[in-house]
Amino acid sequence: MARRKAPVVARWFAGEGDAFRLLGTRCSRCGAVFFPREDDFCRNPQCGDGELSEVALSPRGRVWSFTDGRYRPPAPYVSDPELPWRPYTLIAVELEAERMVVLGQGAPGVTVADLEVGMEVEVVSGVLHEDAETTWTTWHWRPLGVRA
Amino acid sequence: MTDEVAVLGAGMHPWGKWGRGFVAYGTVAARAALADAGVDWRDVGSVVGADTVRGGYPGYVAGATFAKALGWQGARVASVYAACASGAQAIATARAQLLAGLADVVLVVGADAAPKGFFRPAGGDRPDDPDWLRFRVLGATNPAYFALYARRRMAVHGDTLEDFARVKVKNAALGARNPYARYRKPVTGEDVAASPVVADPLRLLDICATSDGAAALVLSTLEYARRHGAPDPVRIRAVSTVTPTYPNTVLDLPDIATDSAAAVPPTGRAFRASIAHAAYEEAGVGPDDLSLAEVYDLSTALELQWYEDLGLCGEGEGAKLIREGTTAPGGRIPVNTSGGLASFGEAVPAQAIAQVCELTWQLRGVAGGRQVVGARVGITANQGLFGHGSSVVVVR
Repeated sequence: MARRKAPVVARWFAGEGDAFRLLGTRCSRCGAVFFPREDDFCRNPQCGDGELSEVALSPRGRVWSFTDGRYRPPAPYVSDPELPWRPYTLIAVELEAERMVVLGQGAPGVTVADLEVGMEVEVVSGVLHEDAETTWTTWHWRPLGVRA
Repeated sequence: MTDEVAVLGAGMHPWGKWGRGFVAYGTVAARAALADAGVDWRDVGSVVGADTVRGGYPGYVAGATFAKALGWQGARVASVYAACASGAQAIATARAQLLAGLADVVLVVGADAAPKGFFRPAGGDRPDDPDWLRFRVLGATNPAYFALYARRRMAVHGDTLEDFARVKVKNAALGARNPYARYRKPVTGEDVAASPVVADPLRLLDICATSDGAAALVLSTLEYARRHGAPDPVRIRAVSTVTPTYPNTVLDLPDIATDSAAAVPPTGRAFRASIAHAAYEEAGVGPDDLSLAEVYDLSTALELQWYEDLGLCGEGEGAKLIREGTTAPGGRIPVNTSGGLASFGEAVPAQAIAQVCELTWQLRGVAGGRQVVGARVGITANQGLFGHGSSVVVVR
């Protein structure tokens, strides 16, 4: 039976292949951008009154910092305790247009040895984990020029 | 400037893994603080507890729990929660009651029995909770954030792994002289380098453990202190409990992203610096007036960051201070004379109170082998998850 694909969090990202994007919201009045998305009120205290509409974040940014997880994180992170723990990479990425830093896991195979602060990376679709019925999708950061 | 309140008594339960509940630890610390103050529990007008969140739901109501354990005597009660900053909020609540004339003497208690391993969010599916989301979506533990800051410092300021290890070596040497510390063995740079990497570039000995422990303070009005025979007590001159200013541009636990600075350029100080600045302003003192500081060294690298955020040096100069011994005993501004979280491990609701206990003992001149000669002004600094500032200025 084929698993259905579902995002780990609804409406945080969308699109396939090169069109994959993180989704935030932007205030119609002050232009503030929010990720994770704010859908009720603008959080800029000098504004607070605009309409929030969905906006795709820049697909590329530069590494602000990075690390990895050498030990299995606790729940609600999902991992199979029967399998040996395989460290994953976490990358904090600075988006120039939005002037913000967004965390994400590195694409599979990307290790801390592959990364430097300031390096250009792009957002790509990825798989967080799979269970019997569902492939849970997420976003990954991947250095430019690397193909999965 | 705000009026001062007196620190009449300070008490702790030793940090460690003792296998008992937080009530037992808190009661020991409370009794020690009352004995130190020479105040009868029945004369305490208010008790403020810093909450623990163990057990999967947010908060045993600590204030009433400790009041019951000490023996109900009808005192006014409050319980506060602000993650790692809970202790500072408990002190702030007590101070406000004293300055408002609602009580003459207040007991402040924080205690925790910490689980083994990584801190984790409370159970259940809670996709609207950023703390739940960062674990669910990213597996981003607390050490992961500490490591991101550490790597950033290495890239931007040229800090080295040896600089981080120097912080541990300094704090371990001080913790060895503190009977309340959990870890009381000196540590070498080689020990740090030989410990396993938890989150690159940080190793096990760069990261603070989670501990059981408790700390308590007896605070009073200056008038009560005088009547009580303490004409020259250690005094709390400022308590900063500020929140960040939008846009908060420093990635912080438990957030997955910073605020965007696209609409509003950041002005003024970043959050951690603003915590100390508010305390300095309220106290009417500055970094040059300090005899010592207790900062929240969740990681070795974070202690260096606090040097800069407290204004002990310029941005990017934190590593220079540890290299030159400026923050070591005998240096210009000793930091974490208690041994810090490196020697204690974190007992969340107790930790900010414990910082003030250390300053109290230092300013009384009774800190034994850790004593900073002639200490007159001390500051604590700490930050609680979700945007809670915490800084206390203590003077004598």
